[in-house]
Amino acid sequence: MANKIWIFVDQFKGDANKASWEAIGAGKILAGELGGGVTALVFGSQVESIAQEAFQFGADEVFYCDDATLEDFRSEPYAALLSKLALQHEPEVVLFPTNARGRELAAMSAVDLKTGVMPDVTELDVQDGSVVVTRPVYAGKLFSKAICSTRPQIITLRVRAFPIPEQDPGRAGTPTTVEPALSEDEIPTNVVGYSQAEGGVSLADAAVIVSGGRGVSNNPSLNPPEGMDNGEAEIWKAQQGFALIADLAEVLGAAVGASRAAVDAGYIPYPHQVGQTGKVVSPDLYIACGISGAIQHQAGMRTSKVIVAINKDPDAPIFKLARYGVVGDLFEIVPTLTDSLKTKLGK
Amino acid sequence: MKSVVCVKHVPDTAAKVVVEDGEVTWGDAPLVINPWDEYAVETALLQQETHGGDVVVVSVGDENAKEALKHALAMGCSEAILIKDPNLSEPDSLVVSHVLAAAIRKIGEVDAVFLGKQAIDGDVGVTAAQTARVLDWPAFTLVSAITEFDPGSRKIRVERSIEEGRQILEGELPAVISVVKDIGEPRYPSFMGIRKASRANIPEWTLDDLNIEPLSSAVAWPEVMNPPIREITNEIIEGDSPQDIADRLADKIMEEKVL
Repeated sequence: MANKIWIFVDQFKGDANKASWEAIGAGKILAGELGGGVTALVFGSQVESIAQEAFQFGADEVFYCDDATLEDFRSEPYAALLSKLALQHEPEVVLFPTNARGRELAAMSAVDLKTGVMPDVTELDVQDGSVVVTRPVYAGKLFSKAICSTRPQIITLRVRAFPIPEQDPGRAGTPTTVEPALSEDEIPTNVVGYSQAEGGVSLADAAVIVSGGRGVSNNPSLNPPEGMDNGEAEIWKAQQGFALIADLAEVLGAAVGASRAAVDAGYIPYPHQVGQTGKVVSPDLYIACGISGAIQHQAGMRTSKVIVAINKDPDAPIFKLARYGVVGDLFEIVPTLTDSLKTKLGK
Repeated sequence: MKSVVCVKHVPDTAAKVVVEDGEVTWGDAPLVINPWDEYAVETALLQQETHGGDVVVVSVGDENAKEALKHALAMGCSEAILIKDPNLSEPDSLVVSHVLAAAIRKIGEVDAVFLGKQAIDGDVGVTAAQTARVLDWPAFTLVSAITEFDPGSRKIRVERSIEEGRQILEGELPAVISVVKDIGEPRYPSFMGIRKASRANIPEWTLDDLNIEPLSSAVAWPEVMNPPIREITNEIIEGDSPQDIADRLADKIMEEKVL
């Protein structure tokens, strides 16, 4: 019997995105209810080890396409191949990890397959043979159920919303080799290269995030170098403040986040912004330093497991979300907290 | 050159959005142009300043969508079109993409289509990729910088903001481009722009005008819910000195077993 649940295994430069394994775990549960097994799709250039990993994380079958045109993700050849396979084998559900690649590929495949797409899902359920998803809307201010009447049901799963299944090194299989759908001259885009993300861990999959807000520029004991105007001095102070945040983040293996106010003021580049018009995150630990907690920031981090707030204003709304709060000067607390945790973690 | 910007109207980000009696409500908060879409308008206007031509702003929606269109006109777009049809009451992303693609074809001779990365209400974020796919044009999504854009030679090169960093991608126009905040701060509408927009006559197109059949949405939203109420015990950590407070807080964090 053909497998009804398909998983797109995302990879970047030959390393599998762990969220793909979360999707295999979620897919196994769906397969338990809908019948059949789980098929993993591994596309790339010389990534057979990822195909083996897919078996180890629970795939019953792997469709493996090894071609130079697929080395870097490009939506056109990937979508053409995925759609061609889906038309041949008619899966019920295709799951993707939610990231730039997963969302774009899911979107385009849905057009090819004339079906609906339900991105960034945090819960899956089965009712009357259909998957009912729950997904955050309004940046998590609300949740919506969604259901798709056509097949396949195309769903991208929010990273870290589903557990990674245990890897069984003894599990192995032979991937089914498939041919690419497009040749290089049929692909309209060309990847020229990459430049690295600035500074360390990416927000999307960070288990711990340390964030700074407007308050990081308010250290009264700092004297900016001479010759700076007020604006330059503020940015300089903010950079000193974010250095303290970065030190704490480094000790915790954490990503550095920021409020919109801090980004808009030019303290830190936009990729660090957490909130409704930035990234929506859900780490195990979120430490908010000098962030008052505007609604649009809360929308981006309120589902974090443990929230710690450090702010000198006892009325800051962030304290209502915080499991632990410190009313105080972040410039005194953050460096001492860094040292204290460093000792306790034996680093 | 000619470009199209697709915009949507949404509740302001500061709005307190809740579900009451099964319906989403945002109180008295105004509906505004989707904040991401302002960046798309800005990008289109910057290209127009270099290459000349027109920027047409398009929205699929009801009367309320006119506010978003007027905001784009006030920023400097040349004309606005509202696509309004009783058969478009709760369109899913696939329906919207087919409608936008039909509108782009009807406008004709379009070199580039600009969108924001997602709308802040549904957070679906697939319209750019889907519209590109329907048109069979290349998609450049999550673009943080356009480093080359030449309607003459049809070359486009962009930097995209992906999780791993920046990707440099090139291809040919016409193309669909979705932008992120790094692309540059959107301009404020000018006084003259606001006056012009308030007097603008915004044509309305129906599905008939677009020469497409009513499409049915595959995705339905049977229920919208408030987030589960989280029982958070707030504990304020106090102590004799910053060192004392930091040590106590560090102990609490260690006890949570999240590190």
